[in-house]
Amino acid sequence: MIRRAMNRPQLRRRRETPLGWSLAAMLTPVLLSGCSAALLDTKGTIGHANRTILIDSLAIMLAIVIPTILATFAFAWWFRAGNRKATYLPDWEFSGRIEMIVWAIPTMTIVLLGGVTWISAHQLDPAQPIASDTAAIDIQVVSLDWKWLFIYPEHRVASVNELVVPAGRPLHFMLTSSSVMNTFFVPQLGSMIYTMNGMQTELYLQADAPGTFRGISGHYSGEGFSDMRFDVKALSAEDFARWVNKTREGKTTLDAASYTELAKQSINIPSSTYGTVERDLFTQIVSQKLAPGPGPELAREGISAKPEIKP
Amino acid sequence: MNLLGKLSWEAVPFHEPIVMVTSGVVATAITAVLIWVLVKGYFPYIWKEWLSSVDHKKIGVMYIMLAMVMLLRGFSDAILMRSQQALAMNAPGYLPPDHYNQIFTAHGTMMIFFVAMPFVIGLMNFVVPLQLGTRDVAFPTLNSVGFWLTATGALLVNISLFVGEFARTGWLPYPPLSELQYSPGVGVDYYLWALQISGVGTLLSGVNLVTTVLKVRAPGMSYLRMPMFCWTTLASNLLIVAAFPILTATFAMLLLDRYLGFHFFTNDGGGNLMMFMNLIWAWGHPEVYILVLPAFGVFSEVFSTFSRKPLFGYRSMVIATMAICVLAFMVWLHHFFTMGAGGDVNAIFGIATMIIAVPTGVKIFNWLFTMYGGRVVFHTPVLWAIGFVVTFVIGGMTGVLLAVPPADFVLHNSLFLVAHFHNVIIGGVLFGAFAGYTYWFPKAFGFKLHEGIGKAAFWFWIVGFYVAFMPLYWLGLDGMTRRMQHYDVPEWRPWLLVAAFGAVLIAIGIGLQIWQVVYSIRHREELRDLTGDPWDGRSLEWATASPPPLFNFAVLPDVEGEETYWVVKRAARERASLSAEPKYVDIEMPRNSPVGFICAFFATILGFALIWHIWWLVIAAFLGAFATFVVFAWRDEHEEVIPAETVARLDRENRASRSAALARLAASS
Repeated sequence: MIRRAMNRPQLRRRRETPLGWSLAAMLTPVLLSGCSAALLDTKGTIGHANRTILIDSLAIMLAIVIPTILATFAFAWWFRAGNRKATYLPDWEFSGRIEMIVWAIPTMTIVLLGGVTWISAHQLDPAQPIASDTAAIDIQVVSLDWKWLFIYPEHRVASVNELVVPAGRPLHFMLTSSSVMNTFFVPQLGSMIYTMNGMQTELYLQADAPGTFRGISGHYSGEGFSDMRFDVKALSAEDFARWVNKTREGKTTLDAASYTELAKQSINIPSSTYGTVERDLFTQIVSQKLAPGPGPELAREGISAKPEIKP
Repeated sequence: MNLLGKLSWEAVPFHEPIVMVTSGVVATAITAVLIWVLVKGYFPYIWKEWLSSVDHKKIGVMYIMLAMVMLLRGFSDAILMRSQQALAMNAPGYLPPDHYNQIFTAHGTMMIFFVAMPFVIGLMNFVVPLQLGTRDVAFPTLNSVGFWLTATGALLVNISLFVGEFARTGWLPYPPLSELQYSPGVGVDYYLWALQISGVGTLLSGVNLVTTVLKVRAPGMSYLRMPMFCWTTLASNLLIVAAFPILTATFAMLLLDRYLGFHFFTNDGGGNLMMFMNLIWAWGHPEVYILVLPAFGVFSEVFSTFSRKPLFGYRSMVIATMAICVLAFMVWLHHFFTMGAGGDVNAIFGIATMIIAVPTGVKIFNWLFTMYGGRVVFHTPVLWAIGFVVTFVIGGMTGVLLAVPPADFVLHNSLFLVAHFHNVIIGGVLFGAFAGYTYWFPKAFGFKLHEGIGKAAFWFWIVGFYVAFMPLYWLGLDGMTRRMQHYDVPEWRPWLLVAAFGAVLIAIGIGLQIWQVVYSIRHREELRDLTGDPWDGRSLEWATASPPPLFNFAVLPDVEGEETYWVVKRAARERASLSAEPKYVDIEMPRNSPVGFICAFFATILGFALIWHIWWLVIAAFLGAFATFVVFAWRDEHEEVIPAETVARLDRENRASRSAALARLAASS
């Protein structure tokens, strides 16, 4: 069977089912991704917990939603005007018992879900440290127009548009923005958090095992927003130490001057690293000692310019 | 100093073919319509009967017409977005970011402020005085001013397409992106002034309808005898009165930042963007209920009428409506759980949000029990209503899911969120608007809309909705965030193609709706309803002729219980005759006034001049608007008298066709 199908002239097969093939081609990635949506295929402690809450909450609600939908169809169909078997109750407009039930069912669902909410909102608060044998590593994050800066205060190194972290160790992020709001989000690792100028937010995440994950900005921030993505590389402890050492060999320094240069608007710049970082640079950004990043120029009166794209 | 402020020929985007072609087509169409109106000599009629009308029915119809035209604009933005995302996989697509960003901003602004809002306000305007058994709203001229200011806002947003630019900030202009430093162009100013002006209009309309429901009701129409739609109108307009001043104040602060260098929300000078987020959502969340409550009211009427039964659990429904009205103000923080406010704050607002699901759930169940024991006739409004229940339950569920903070931490701002709010706004507000439009159309015009085309439109809409938005839920779960001009994940592409196909199905639905109107107008004699009660209705709007006379009721009804008209009708059927002819008297009605239209004319100029910094014109337009009010305030005659003979003649015509219908009924049974 298979051989015969393969022996058929290709041209003819294409002509027979062009629609079928294009549909199949279209649907294959869908089916492949079917069980691997980023938020369901989580790779870290926080992400697993978020997923559990998401699925549990959905299950609690489906228990009431599915019967409601079925009842809608059932009532509408059975009591259709043409069905003379159905009882017609032209004046039936109140039943204390039913009222009690219709108030009670959603209330009980919400009591249950409210409990889940109260507990999980505290346990999974982004600023809540992750219990672990290993100490958390501090990472300072700055969103700029339109790239990400990651500073490793313990190691005095920094990287742009690439976040390298040790796997299996809690990550303690302190985040701010150089200009407009963004959201730091690594879907497979879990919770996101806003970055805001002049303010610092906190977030704990952890990657279970080495791997590469997609990082994005989850909050629209202007022209270069779509390109505000970064790779998160989780490495083993040894590999991470090796990466730090290699990065330290780099000649570039991140200080007030180079930060101000970096803060200018640019889109889609490749990842890079800084071998040294000025002490307290992050504090200077948060406390606005370093001025917020400049915005765009006016192209002509009344019309905002398209930002110059570098490089 | 430049006499034209910032304005110059450079503001017109000659180099952008998409924009220029659109402008050309729109300009030609408008000119053609204007010439046609003038040549045919329709202008005096349009001016007298519509533009200067203070009749709540005409104003309601104009609100809905505005909403429908703007729906076309907002939907074409949607098509542009869906096609851009279908193309932009590892590619720039055909809309560069600066254009794409304006499009999604305009889409949201249009759909909420100039489609959903005018649609529900139009329905409330048209229906509520009829259901309450009165001659008009409390403040008829104010009503007209409110409508025209809303139209001004819509006009300004559309002008931005051709002169200058629109905001690139998203439909809520979060600072600091919307501040002068990061958005130096006129786009945000267009947004702000358009919404300031239309916001005043909405507030006036809210004040008017609250006053109408509280103070202007037929004799005997106590609160607990009002139809459900009047209750939801009251709740919705109380929310307008409480929430819209917050919007106005917030935008005023942002305008002060942009125009006079204040520091409410800037990065520097002690400004704080978090204040903007709190304020805008303190308006924004009630806004959701402002939109959906009237839709709930429509469904209550539709389920009851077409199940041939009273609404089940009326008092429960009233309590649920008012509970939603109060709770709507206590949940705004769930729009930014990811700001890091801490476990207590997030948990409290999360739970508060879920509590709203209780009264909403009660409403759903009561609608189901309204059908229970009924004889459900599947006219188009019922299809919308059943489609609504199923769709809204799903949208509500995903909404409650987003109210669980740890779930929101991964779903916030994703396409899952986009899918959720389209699920409730299309499935709730828009389906409600369409149900109401089909249900009350014969009341407004005296003939029904064609059923078959209406049903086809419904099926395309609902299937299109699911095809367009279910993929977005999945994309959200796969980590796709909203407002992406391009992306690089191949797995997303097929879902986006499916979503684009869904948009095409919806487009067919909209096309069918247009055809339905055209077809129904051309075949209006076949679809004519002479009795004024085509659906065998239960509330007072069906007690008068279709279209209702200017004065609504020849004699104000005397209300003796719930479902007033049903009781009267049942008695008439038992007797097989109408009640005795009443004694007709002269009726005083408010005179028409062009003050709303003229005021809006000046407001448009005022807004435009403020946007482009043309200060002398600002002063001139403001004085013009003020002078219009002064002239209006000093007019001597406010009312005109409709003589008893005219009233009698009109009412007798309607009574005759009702008697005939009654005789036919008696003969058939």
